[in-house]
Amino acid sequence: MILINITKHLNTAEGPLEAVFDLSIGSGEFLTLFGPSGAGKTTLMRCIAGLETPDTGRIEVAGETWFDSDRKINLPPQKRSVGFVFQDYALFPTMSVRENLLFAAETAEQKKGVDELIALVELENLAARRPDTLSGGQKQRVALARALVRRPKILLLDEPLSALDPAMRAKLQNELSLIHERMGVSTLLVSHDIAETVRLSERLAAVERGRIVRVCPPMEFFSSQTLSGKLQLVGEVLKIEEDFPVCVVTLLVGSSIVRTVTAAEEASRLTIGEHAIISTKAFNPILLPIHEPKETP
Amino acid sequence: MEADFFQTMVLTFKLASVTTLILLLIGIPLAAYLAYGTVRFKSVVETIVSMPLVLPPSVLGFYLLLAFSPASALGEFLTEQGIRLAFSFEGLVIGSVLFSLPFMVHPIQSALSGVPRSVFEASYTLGKSKLTTMTRVVLPMIRSGLISGTVLAFAHTVGEFGVILMIGGNIPGETRVASIAIYDEVESLNYAMAHQYALTLFAVTFVILLLVYTLNKKSLGGIR
Repeated sequence: MILINITKHLNTAEGPLEAVFDLSIGSGEFLTLFGPSGAGKTTLMRCIAGLETPDTGRIEVAGETWFDSDRKINLPPQKRSVGFVFQDYALFPTMSVRENLLFAAETAEQKKGVDELIALVELENLAARRPDTLSGGQKQRVALARALVRRPKILLLDEPLSALDPAMRAKLQNELSLIHERMGVSTLLVSHDIAETVRLSERLAAVERGRIVRVCPPMEFFSSQTLSGKLQLVGEVLKIEEDFPVCVVTLLVGSSIVRTVTAAEEASRLTIGEHAIISTKAFNPILLPIHEPKETP
Repeated sequence: MEADFFQTMVLTFKLASVTTLILLLIGIPLAAYLAYGTVRFKSVVETIVSMPLVLPPSVLGFYLLLAFSPASALGEFLTEQGIRLAFSFEGLVIGSVLFSLPFMVHPIQSALSGVPRSVFEASYTLGKSKLTTMTRVVLPMIRSGLISGTVLAFAHTVGEFGVILMIGGNIPGETRVASIAIYDEVESLNYAMAHQYALTLFAVTFVILLLVYTLNKKSLGGIR
């Protein structure tokens, strides 16, 4: 059981923010922090890892106090049993894949586990290679395996798949899910990818402007944004063009581009770069036809 | 004559080696402080480290000479301890360390700034101390910066003239280094000897630099 109850002053792009995070994560649970950038998701992860210090509050992991502002307890990152996977992987470039993992190992048992982990992420053939010679997906696997060497009590994944292409993303999501099942480590993932969140997490914590506004299963979260539609697609708004008297909205749904027409008033509520739901009723479509993207030769 | 020549050359490279070694020892922590430190005196330290780049060597030499002379408080204290820095090899080492400081610190500092913060943090979350992180992860990563700093500091010390002339003078076997010897031989119109010194310096520094750059390129092969 992981209990987090902290406050921290943040300086975000939209000005200062008093973040208050109150969250509990079950043992072996996979929980996703979902929300727009600048909401404080990464800060929360960094506070758990000890890379940043909260202003007040407590962090308790499996009965051990990692941080307590009242009792002046603040364990350094080295003393916290965490596995942190960074957005840029943060592999050590002068060490081979195996050396990266061995560097993390402390006990003889952990050293023995290194080969098993390399096999688990299917990198046996690349174990002697330097990170610079690996693809993004392979680097990500090394980072993940390295974070697991010390058998951490909590695995922190800071948008680990954001730099990968959709196919590699899907593959790694599968692997992540398998690894989580196999190792049973409590996992906290930062993501703003809906597919990823639904696929991987048992619960979702929606973060907005430094607050956790809702914690629930991911399906419940996304479907509660439902209109009274029968068919729903969630996409990212790419472009809003005014074409009097309507607006043409271009969205990215999965890997396809979808263009749709909506009333100017509805379009004014949309923001480029944010997610929107396209909803249509079975016999009475609200939206006009969608143009499929052309096949590229 | 030949014995003089060898004595001077050995002294020159001994001075450069000792200076470079001391610079490596103080240069790495200093560069780390300048690359990561957040203390308010940072700009002052940065300025002092960079001063020898723009300051005429004679200015540095002049003030060091004043400081070393028994007339000053420092010189008086040192004399009482039985240490004489003016016109001695030890004094030359101190002058050279100060004068070559930016050549060691700057390459290391810029290499350190190129190491992403997440690399340090990854190592910390893997339970490694700051010292272990520095020696096992960061220093191997900034190898080329360390090599550049070492080579530049060494070469710069070999070629140093003004500071040495001011605080060391021209005592054979003690403070007479090659660059001073060349000047001295030219002054006495002994061009053949000056040429011997100059050509040796030229050849030796060329070979050292060539060796270092070739080795550096080879061993870095895969990376970068």
